[in-house]
Amino acid sequence: MESFTTHTGVGVPLRRSNVDTDQIIPAVYLKRVTRSGFEDGLFAAWRTDETFVLNDPSYSAGSVLVAGPDFGTGSSREHAVWALMNYGFRVVISSRFADIFRGNSGKQGLLTAQCTQDDVELLWKLLENEPGTSVTVDLESRTVTAGDLVASFEVDDYTRWRLLEGLDDISLSLRHEADIDAFEGSRPAWKPRVTA
Amino acid sequence: MAGTLAEKVWESHVVHRGEGEPDLLYIDLHLLHEVTSPQAFDGLREAGRPVRRPELTLATEDHNVPTTPGPITDPVSRTQVETLRRNCEEFGVTIYPMGDAEQGIVHVVGPQIGLTQPGMTIVCGDSHTSTHGAFGALAFGIGTSEVEHVLATQTLPLKPFRTMSVTVDGELADGVTAKDVVLAVIAKIGTGGGQGYVIEYRGSAIRALSMEARMTVCNMSIEAGARAGMIAPDETTFAYVQGRPHAPTGADWDAAVAAWSELRSDDDAEFDTEVVLDAAELTPFVTWGTNPGQGSPLGEAVPDPELMGDDNDKVAARRALEYMGLEAGTPLREIHVDTVFVGSCTNGRIEDLRAAAAVIEGRRVAEGVRMLVVPGSARVRLQAEQEGLDAVFTAAGAEWRLPGCSMCLGMNPDQLAPGERSASTSNRNFEGRQGKGGRTHLVSPLVAAATAVRGTLSSPADLEPKEALV
Repeated sequence: MESFTTHTGVGVPLRRSNVDTDQIIPAVYLKRVTRSGFEDGLFAAWRTDETFVLNDPSYSAGSVLVAGPDFGTGSSREHAVWALMNYGFRVVISSRFADIFRGNSGKQGLLTAQCTQDDVELLWKLLENEPGTSVTVDLESRTVTAGDLVASFEVDDYTRWRLLEGLDDISLSLRHEADIDAFEGSRPAWKPRVTA
Repeated sequence: MAGTLAEKVWESHVVHRGEGEPDLLYIDLHLLHEVTSPQAFDGLREAGRPVRRPELTLATEDHNVPTTPGPITDPVSRTQVETLRRNCEEFGVTIYPMGDAEQGIVHVVGPQIGLTQPGMTIVCGDSHTSTHGAFGALAFGIGTSEVEHVLATQTLPLKPFRTMSVTVDGELADGVTAKDVVLAVIAKIGTGGGQGYVIEYRGSAIRALSMEARMTVCNMSIEAGARAGMIAPDETTFAYVQGRPHAPTGADWDAAVAAWSELRSDDDAEFDTEVVLDAAELTPFVTWGTNPGQGSPLGEAVPDPELMGDDNDKVAARRALEYMGLEAGTPLREIHVDTVFVGSCTNGRIEDLRAAAAVIEGRRVAEGVRMLVVPGSARVRLQAEQEGLDAVFTAAGAEWRLPGCSMCLGMNPDQLAPGERSASTSNRNFEGRQGKGGRTHLVSPLVAAATAVRGTLSSPADLEPKEALV
């Protein structure tokens, strides 16, 4: 995974709450067996609406998505994270994220920055009044800066550390392989197995 | 220290615990399907890693499979299914492919063959893995990176969940089902209310539910934002597990039951949040909006967004009504549907099909309404046919299909056309979930069957008594 320290890019205001993963990428786009090429499915239904924010050329270079509360609810599809990243997003800002989506993002290097809804509202106003405004998201200091606005955001310490270091979970877990072996040796014999 | 059920299962699976790190938890069962696994297997190949415990891993084909006879015609869907088969062969994982006697929706298959047992940790790249919590297992959906992690290590690094109890005491009225209970829970706490929590469902109304009904409740925990839902195992659970192909036998059975009997929240255990519902107050519940929290009792009308206190709720409800083509104040019973879908990991088990069949037997699906009945697995289909349920459905004018996820998410050809409206026993009413532009009302199997007969959202109580039908 690529490390993440700070990112500056055009902010995109998405004034919607409960953006579920079926909206981020509808099921019909989930059939690929790769991790790339999902940008065509990103917000596919909404992008057919001319007035949808991603159809506004001022935001075409957008890489910081600012959304309403409960972003990423529903399905566990990691394709939602791939679609956002394939499209060019590196950060999503919201006042509340669904658990699975936030976990998936952390594994892929997409930063989910949790700001207060008040700060999200200020960011929306700023980005709508001055389309194309850049937003800087600094993971070291956990701050979002845009124009005169400086807001702090929350991200858990462990995810932050992994993102800053660009560490992958599997290697981290395999450092405890002896513990895994020991645990397996202690499991009751009656625990089910798929094959004998 | 007193503990909750979730904490006990968690503690018994900690492989490694370190300061400032998530706990590393052992995973007892890893279920796979074709949609969320191909990239995980690619990751293993790139890193030169094997599947650590193929014998604790099981794959089935469900999301893409057609429910009419014949091969998959969509080449992209077919590639995804063929990729799963190749990966399973290469990595030594058991798979139940289309046409196999054990094939079906992953969350129907695990319990029915006895692989799902109390006290286990169960994961799958599918958010409805919460279903298995009905057995007192800690079961939750994961993303593809985590699928790869479990394949490689049989563990997951996780931060502890908070605990929430949802207590439903009292007796459910006739015609009120597990689906109505969970839709009412979601409407009460909201789609984000369970975020960060494991929900434990408790109370006399929950204890009185069958295992299949408990699975319906736990299945939709994720729609309240909760990663998992659990119900403490009891005699109902043990009786369901006993005798199934993977259930322990003999002395092992006794040892297992002794261990499972310890799996309940201590009397003085503290939950981070507690929610209480009175079973006697519940009635058939349906959704009117585009998230599962936007629901109301069937006897009510489409709510008025302008009367909602919270600004976000107001904006979301306005948008939902526009998408759904509904006007505030319209009685829910007057909403016409084009399609009725009975199936999915929420309501595609044999009891669900029996319930729907009992309502529709001797009646007809209304003119202009299409009704699809999709069993959750090949075994459920076979059982239903042995009981003659297929004949009941087809005599009423419904379509009897092959098992799969089907119209729950429309990855196969079973989809709504733009603007079409369904009453669906599935779990999500998101915009476009059942097909682009499709409009979904989530309902119980009883409401689905009654709606098919009347053509408008209905409960069995709204139907003419069968004696009146000649």
